[in-house]
Amino acid sequence: MQGFIQRNPVWSLLIALVVAVLLWLVFAPWSDELEEVLGRKRVFLNAIFGGITLGALYFLVASGFTLIFGLMRNVNLAHGSLYLLGGYIGFEVSEWSGSWFLAFPVVFVIVAVVGLILQNQVFRRMEGEELRQTMVTIGLSVVIADLMLWRWGGQSYTIYAPDMLFGPMTLPVISSVRDSGEIVYLKYPAVRMAILFAAIVIGVGMWLVLNKTRLGMLIRAGVDDREMLAASGVRIQYVFLAVFAFGAGLAGMAGIVGGTFQSLSPGEDTRFLLASLVVVIVGGMGSIPGAAIGALIIGLSEQLGLVYAPTYSVVFTFLIMAAVLAFRPQGLLGERR
Amino acid sequence: MALAEPRKSAVQPTWVERIPAIWWALLLVLLTMPAWANDFILFQVMGWTFVLGMIALSLMFLAGYGGMVSLIQMSVAAMAGYMVAIFGASGVGDISMGLPWWLYIPIAIVIAAIFGTVVGALAVRTEGIYTIMITLAIASAFFYFTRQNYTIFNGYSGFNLVVPPQLFGVDWRQPMPFYYLTLGCAGLCYGAVVYVSRAPFGLALQGVRDNPRRMAALGFNVTAHRVASYTFASVIASIGGILLVWQNAQIAPGTAGIPAVIDILVIAVIGGITRPIGPFIGALIYVLLRTFSPDVLLAFGLSGERFKLLVGLGFLALVFFSPDGVLGLWERWRARRARRRDPLTGGEE
Repeated sequence: MQGFIQRNPVWSLLIALVVAVLLWLVFAPWSDELEEVLGRKRVFLNAIFGGITLGALYFLVASGFTLIFGLMRNVNLAHGSLYLLGGYIGFEVSEWSGSWFLAFPVVFVIVAVVGLILQNQVFRRMEGEELRQTMVTIGLSVVIADLMLWRWGGQSYTIYAPDMLFGPMTLPVISSVRDSGEIVYLKYPAVRMAILFAAIVIGVGMWLVLNKTRLGMLIRAGVDDREMLAASGVRIQYVFLAVFAFGAGLAGMAGIVGGTFQSLSPGEDTRFLLASLVVVIVGGMGSIPGAAIGALIIGLSEQLGLVYAPTYSVVFTFLIMAAVLAFRPQGLLGERR
Repeated sequence: MALAEPRKSAVQPTWVERIPAIWWALLLVLLTMPAWANDFILFQVMGWTFVLGMIALSLMFLAGYGGMVSLIQMSVAAMAGYMVAIFGASGVGDISMGLPWWLYIPIAIVIAAIFGTVVGALAVRTEGIYTIMITLAIASAFFYFTRQNYTIFNGYSGFNLVVPPQLFGVDWRQPMPFYYLTLGCAGLCYGAVVYVSRAPFGLALQGVRDNPRRMAALGFNVTAHRVASYTFASVIASIGGILLVWQNAQIAPGTAGIPAVIDILVIAVIGGITRPIGPFIGALIYVLLRTFSPDVLLAFGLSGERFKLLVGLGFLALVFFSPDGVLGLWERWRARRARRRDPLTGGEE
């Protein structure tokens, strides 16, 4: 952080300015003139919170993708299929058992096992052959997508959140001030706050595991120099299996989350694959903080775009990606190799 | 010693003799096809094969000779198709300008080539797998943009009634003329790719593919060669795109949707990306599967909708066991046959 500020004083000033303006817009009550320019504050706040929540969901999907790529150089274009598969299985489990929370461990285990099979049977056979991996995983995603279409059909499913998380909750953020001087606070769906909270916990947990534990040390060493790690006696294939299973399971759990606050239907797999592609390209391949920042930027731009320029909101994300590529091809937090 | 050795043949064989007999046979079959095939085969199967083959050929050129797997080719083709619909005539009178054909075809090709070049200039900043991801992301951006934009691309519904011009008194959308039109264009594009691959530019490009640093050290501008190859491939893809929109008589965002983009990759890989004939073989296999697999599936008591599964499994098996496609299978089979007869001993191994 300090190093970054010293190296890029202008950029850090700009970033600090943008963050300060955003924070002020969120917390300060808006004057009438401002509302005239930007519209109602409630709309803006909803877009911001929606963007952050969407970013949390993107982070859940993309962090597994970026971890797998960073460590193993495996290009898993079937990652979106794992997401959708997790969502469908989560729907079945929560319907069958009536418990939303039970779906998470079940889906994590099932999709992680699918990931284990993928890594052990597919990727291990073609280590280092990126192009072949791409082709094979594209083929796999086509097959899995059609199998899921066969089993679950073309309609869309929604997973219902438990009663505990049902309904809105009040946030300590001023939405508007009535003429009578009464302050109205923002109401926001509780389940989304729970998702946001869970994503932050998972993100911090991943950061802690990666930076403070022995396993994390192994993984980071593997990202930096795989051959050297293997030469020093670590059974690297087990580390690979563990990371792949974890990333896949995370994508599966993200499927439940996505099925709860959006919906599950065929085509969502490519949507989330593309989202995670864009997120890791913007954030930098193989970097967890990069995935977090990328997910936040993409989620915010999508939601803000939806409110203020509805026609082209989808195009914004790709414009951001093109800009990042043009000026910083390795991604915001990526390292040049 | 060198003097005693007789020259292989005093006269160089003419180019006619150098082409193997099988090519002449193929040419004969293709040229006489309208005489013995029905309209459905001509228009739907062969016409579509040539069109998809041309678009996949542009991918093959980039991937095989340039080492860059670009998924943007379908979008470039669709861009050319859109330009034909916008500058030419279509059922959407508000947007289409109705220019004459000799104006809108060059405009469409040029605009599509510029689009492909700009994307290529972005994509060559990256390598290998990143190129795939970036071109895939831009291709989907193109899809979403055409779906949302109503002023130029007419949004969700796209353009209908886009037909080829009535030239020389021939309706080019009739099966036989359209067959010869696509055959001619495919032949031209094939010849162009073969020619360029042996021209200095193509050889330099293959050098860039194999070792960019060495080529840079030799004084070649690596980036310029890569971007130029995108331009060349875009021209081929745009010709394919124009023919595609004429065949369907309509164009919509779904023409360049993500499944279609992936299909082009599948076609090129199934056929094999080492030789220019590969994409056409792949396209023929794809079109045959696409056209007839519902019947086959129904005959086995399965639902005809499972065609994607069949294509996906076939593709998966192929890339798993033969990364260089059907051509690779064929070459390996020939190599095995050739090995069986040892030329020195004459015996079998």
